[in-house]
Amino acid sequence: MATLELSLEEEGTTPVRRRQLGMLFWIAAGWMVLVFAVAIFADLLPLPSPTDMDMLERRAPISAEHWLGTDGLGRDELSRLIYGARISLIVGLCAPMIGVTIGGALGMLAGYFRGRFESFVVGSMDVLLAFPPLILALAVTAYLGQSIFNLTCILGVLGIPAFMRVSRAATLSLARREFVIAAQALGATHARILLRELLPNVMLPLLAFFLLGVAVTIVVEGSLSFLGLGVPPPISSWGSMIGEGRESLDVAPMLAFIPAIAMFLTVLAFNLIGDTMRALTDPRQGAL
Amino acid sequence: MSGALLSVENVMVDLPTPRGNLRAVDHVDLAVGAGRTLGIVGESGCGKTMLSRAILQLLPKKAKLSGRVMFDGQDLTGLSAEKLRKLRGRSLAVVFQDPMTSLNPVLTIGTQLIETIQEHLELDLAQARQRSIELLAAVGIPAPEQRLAQYPHQLSGGMRQRVAIAVALSCEPQLLIADEPTTALDVTIQAQILDLLAREQQRRHMAMIIITHDLGVVAGRTDEVAVMYAGRVVERAPTPALFKRMRMPYTEALLAALPKLDVAPHTPLPAISGRPPDPTRPLKGCSFSPRCRYSAGRCTTEKPQLSPAETQEHVYACFHPIAAGAGA
Repeated sequence: MATLELSLEEEGTTPVRRRQLGMLFWIAAGWMVLVFAVAIFADLLPLPSPTDMDMLERRAPISAEHWLGTDGLGRDELSRLIYGARISLIVGLCAPMIGVTIGGALGMLAGYFRGRFESFVVGSMDVLLAFPPLILALAVTAYLGQSIFNLTCILGVLGIPAFMRVSRAATLSLARREFVIAAQALGATHARILLRELLPNVMLPLLAFFLLGVAVTIVVEGSLSFLGLGVPPPISSWGSMIGEGRESLDVAPMLAFIPAIAMFLTVLAFNLIGDTMRALTDPRQGAL
Repeated sequence: MSGALLSVENVMVDLPTPRGNLRAVDHVDLAVGAGRTLGIVGESGCGKTMLSRAILQLLPKKAKLSGRVMFDGQDLTGLSAEKLRKLRGRSLAVVFQDPMTSLNPVLTIGTQLIETIQEHLELDLAQARQRSIELLAAVGIPAPEQRLAQYPHQLSGGMRQRVAIAVALSCEPQLLIADEPTTALDVTIQAQILDLLAREQQRRHMAMIIITHDLGVVAGRTDEVAVMYAGRVVERAPTPALFKRMRMPYTEALLAALPKLDVAPHTPLPAISGRPPDPTRPLKGCSFSPRCRYSAGRCTTEKPQLSPAETQEHVYACFHPIAAGAGA
């Protein structure tokens, strides 16, 4: 990000390097901490139940009782937003985790060993990429039912090709570098070269891509929930809240905008932090 | 040469390319004994690096190797991958040209040293760490203990090459191959690194192969020099004999192309005109003939074979060697 100022590290006796992180990073980090904290401690907060309906208080405006008003069925909006954050974060973190583990491993193996294995992996990933994601989501939820677990698995599997490509591309360029030949010349095993020489290098782009993946997954989960393919009601997620708010967009636009803003801020925060982390953890920054 | 630690016998390396077969190394015979130093000299693309990769059995997958590489009584070309792996690092070690790329940028110096040591020697972490510190001190790195926690980019080029040498020496190899160890370094550091290599070689009684394009690097630091051109060894001699009376016009041209301090300013460097021949289209005659000022007669139609000069140790491949006593 433009505001990120990376000062070249001052050579000292301590290997600890200090770099300016910038205001934006701290705002983003603050928002993340807040979202995670309320999502984790939602049960401990003095919140009304997110599923209790109050038909007399439908679409109530902001008040002391309902801080963000109520939705079309009289459920407390703030409470739904916070419980929804839980779902969005669980799905948003777990799905890319599946992708980064499987896709990352496949990509590294393909990029390192090349040959037929690589063709097979790349080919099958192309098949997976060509498969319409919405149809897959429909098929899985139709047969296996709607649940958070299924949703996470679908999104995770859909993320594998992208992670595979990132890790394969990084491995391909790294495997030709001299330090890999040097490791071979020093008698390192394939496993050691993959895990100790290549993985720490491939980790950096993968990690940055992971945070991006989290942001994308939160949005995709929202879209699926919006279409009714996400978490089953009455559980709330940000996407399903936007979907439900759509019906009353003319009378109570707040109901769609509030979860949309929450999603927007969270995704932005993930991206900002991801960017900063990449810049920070990349020791090559200091190299020539 | 009997009792040689490493002998390369009739080695050929062929690389398939879209433009046809490329013979990178052509019928090379070399030998180096324990405690001896061999210099391999030649310009870029003459097959020096491919030869060193062939010795280590680290050629690209598509490359075809024929001939024998005898190391300590066994033929490396026939060894299983696992046996080779155990040999590399333990008995054979390499220092590469560019210390910027031959060290892993995201691992600390300590990690790279300690893991290499533990890979081959039965040492626990504390012992491996102790040994790493000793090695860093041996290659002339000040404050070695603090260096262990540093990353390669925190060191200068010369320091990095010292670390690379320390990694290569970590398991007391019998043979060290230094592939252009000083090309990426500036001149004042070059001498230090070469002296360091020579010192460690003496101390450990290793065999060493120095690969370079700079005749100045091998002078005085090697026992024997092989000059390579277009994949072939064109002249091989004990170092003093070579510098005293070289026979091959190519060797002479290489030496003439070295910058000298005592010439007048702005004197153009006598570069070798032309380019090395296209290795995918081998010439019928001597591969140096198109660029050679002595070229005449059968030079373009027949390949000269290596033949001995005054002694059996000094061999050259030329029909019109520089006349004895005529000088350069």
